[in-house]
Amino acid sequence: MSRVKQLLPSLAVLALLIAAWWMIVVATRSVIFPTPWQVVVGTMELIRDGTLWEHIGASLFRVAVGFMLAVAVAVPLGLWMGWVSGAFTTLNPIFQILRPISPIAWIPIAILWFGIGNASPIYLIFISSVFPMIVQTTAGVHTIEQRYLWAAGNFGVSRYTLFRQVVIPAVLPQIIVGMRIGLGVAWLVVVAAEMIALRSGLGYLIIDSRNAGNRYDLVIAGMIIIGLIGLSLDGVMRLLEGLKSVRWKYAR
Amino acid sequence: MPANIEVKQITKAYPTDNGPLQVLDGVSFSVGDGELVAIVGPSGCGKSTLLNIVAGFDRPDGGLVAVNDIAQTKPSSKGILISQRGSVFPWLTVQQNLMFGLNGHPRAQKAALADRYAAMVGLKGFETSYPHELSGGMLKRAELARALVVKPDILYMDEPFSALDALTNLRMRNGLLRILAEERHTVVLVTHDVEEAIHIADRIIVLSARPTKIQTVFAVPFPHPRPLASVAVQELKVSILRELGVDSDSE
Repeated sequence: MSRVKQLLPSLAVLALLIAAWWMIVVATRSVIFPTPWQVVVGTMELIRDGTLWEHIGASLFRVAVGFMLAVAVAVPLGLWMGWVSGAFTTLNPIFQILRPISPIAWIPIAILWFGIGNASPIYLIFISSVFPMIVQTTAGVHTIEQRYLWAAGNFGVSRYTLFRQVVIPAVLPQIIVGMRIGLGVAWLVVVAAEMIALRSGLGYLIIDSRNAGNRYDLVIAGMIIIGLIGLSLDGVMRLLEGLKSVRWKYAR
Repeated sequence: MPANIEVKQITKAYPTDNGPLQVLDGVSFSVGDGELVAIVGPSGCGKSTLLNIVAGFDRPDGGLVAVNDIAQTKPSSKGILISQRGSVFPWLTVQQNLMFGLNGHPRAQKAALADRYAAMVGLKGFETSYPHELSGGMLKRAELARALVVKPDILYMDEPFSALDALTNLRMRNGLLRILAEERHTVVLVTHDVEEAIHIADRIIVLSARPTKIQTVFAVPFPHPRPLASVAVQELKVSILRELGVDSDSE
């Protein structure tokens, strides 16, 4: 009940925005910019002919593969860089140079290396989400409190136990934060990545709708769907933050 | 098996912007098998530094620490440190924390041992709780149980109960004494609480201000359970406080 009450103001603002949009379109008699209702009709059209699910599926597939690859690389690499100072001093400067390069700047190279199939956007998603996760994981290892490492050392456990029961669980909350950031960036980038000539995906839907007869109702429908899916992806990652073994870091 | 500790001429300085700061300036003492020794001193005198060195976590600049006549250069599971801020792993349950240090036992046996010690410190029913679901006192008891379950020869305690409220503090002390009566351990307790030292220790070492040396040693001649309100105990407390530069008569 209180959750609903909290949502009320945002819903009210949202309704106001939609109303303003509608009125402005009607008042200016725009022939290209659609009304909210036209967007709904356009969306229904996409649902009916089944292309919407194809586009969503294609985008989610690329994000899933690129993001999983990034997790598989970033977590072990981040743990290693956090634990072994030689690895950190060697690799960190290189990653700090690579990290600020916009994924968009990688597009020409992605096309050169991977052509215009699925591999290109997957590579772009990988490259954009891998660095934030490396940084978060490494920082997580660096900020493990000394008292926990002392306690682990005191009991004289094996290196395997130290990693499995102390280092990894201590860093896990930070890894999850990194994954949230990484997935958010990945979803941002998929649209840009799909604007290079592919024949599916929500990014393709937007560009194609514009090119094929100024279907701005579908452009806006695509944008809204991207927003909603991004929100649910973040919601899924937030569920991970509710796990009992990581809640100590976020709670309080 | 409790162990004896020999501390010889420990010195330690910390580098600061104004040159090295001499913290420990030749501290020597010994602790016998199964003895309970408390170390008290003014704040900032290097009590914790001394304990960390004795427990093997920190290296002295000079001098040496020997446990059962063997030089101590690194921490060992034979001597468990219980620190002021606590180090119960927040990502493991109480039971998993207690099982953490039990190497080489079969899993079922580890769990049984963990549960037995959890019950011993009064945490029965909380085995599957996570530390953030426990109170401060319960957290301390979990830490104590995790140390005791590996049957260490020595317990190093650094202000273990100082973050607790007075009532919980007293309960914890009584609980500790009850356990120490059942299972003999050598104990080195660092505290700023003189009453706590008198309550628990057989002997109280009073440290001077920096650069720190041993100022006095008091024997605590009272059998357990100790009458904390008695005149003799209060007189001892006054003498120790006087050594620490606090004249409690004039207050």
